[in-house]
Amino acid sequence: MHRFANPNRFLKLANAILPWSNGVLVVSLLAGLALALVWSPGDYQQGDTVRIMYVHVPAAWMGMFAYVAMAVASAVALIWKHPLADLAGRATAPVGAAFTFVCLVTGALWGKPMWGTWWVWDARLTSMLILLFLYFGYMALHNAFDDPQRGAKAAAVLALVGVVNVPIIKFSVDWWNTLHQPASVVRMDGPAVDPSMLWPLLVMGLAFKAFYVSVVLLRIKAEIADAKIRALRMSEIHG
Amino acid sequence: MTRKKRRLTLIGLGMLLLSAATALVLTAFQDNLVFFYSPSDLQTKPLAADQRFRLGGMVEDGSVVRDGQTIRFTVTDYAATTPVVFSGILPDLFREGQGVVTEGRLNSEGVFQATEVLAKHDENYMPPEVSDALERTGKMPNTMRMPESTSNTGS
Repeated sequence: MHRFANPNRFLKLANAILPWSNGVLVVSLLAGLALALVWSPGDYQQGDTVRIMYVHVPAAWMGMFAYVAMAVASAVALIWKHPLADLAGRATAPVGAAFTFVCLVTGALWGKPMWGTWWVWDARLTSMLILLFLYFGYMALHNAFDDPQRGAKAAAVLALVGVVNVPIIKFSVDWWNTLHQPASVVRMDGPAVDPSMLWPLLVMGLAFKAFYVSVVLLRIKAEIADAKIRALRMSEIHG
Repeated sequence: MTRKKRRLTLIGLGMLLLSAATALVLTAFQDNLVFFYSPSDLQTKPLAADQRFRLGGMVEDGSVVRDGQTIRFTVTDYAATTPVVFSGILPDLFREGQGVVTEGRLNSEGVFQATEVLAKHDENYMPPEVSDALERTGKMPNTMRMPESTSNTGS
């Protein structure tokens, strides 16, 4: 892992991965949208409203995945002081927040016709809202100090503390009774989703994952370029 | 290297304590985190008279009676039942044999007077042809696993 802490080595790796992740993104997104919107059946209870799931569920997965990635990056930044780990955490936060936001909005749009309400304060919905606030807190804390190093440290600690929320989100529907339905895909008895609906969902999940990889790599590249420009300016002033 | 190791143990220990603290808090607030009570809970929980709460369970088959604006039905968790009366607009997914969460008060006759009815969807997703086939062969998954979270805490 230490080998990739070198920015130049990282850039080489990122440039090698990007065309692949972009390719997977385009192919899986087109295939996923076609499968989800056209070539999959409506649900026996929900009809066509079920199609919201193909955006809602992958967005929820990525909202949680991005948070775990951010927490791991924060731990690496705190323990081994890799500057690149801090950049990775910074790059992930807004992307994860966007996924979480999409999850909450699509959930509300589904909830109104199906449940009869946009929002309820049950354990699943509330813990997901807390996840969004944790992302906001991380981003705000990162920029709250004049000394960027102190901001990075404070934000990393917040990211680590907030990671306890991720298992709470996942298991909230099992530990407490909620209005939100229990897990349909990742559960002990295997998926409770018919294969004709599970495949579009998994393809959309892959598309969301590829999007995440591409965007985060691009954002880290931009952060490295930014750091280089700052270093150049500094040397101009002092040189 | 020792400084890094120390930071690693410190963070590891911190995370361990944090998880333990969270687990304790969540266990302590178990009752408050529950979104609704089941009909069985009503028999064991000391609920103040006139207290607003949510009642959840399955709409019992054949129990829905419409009388103009007023709808009467029975909510069951297969162990106990509670009669519910509601007047208003029901959500699309409301039907017999499906999950439901209602909010309101229990009146003196033990009838739950709901001011809001929400449909609860289960975790099963399938096209109509598949559900028809499952109905025919009698292999339809039992749609409502009543979470037993409130009844087994004993607190």
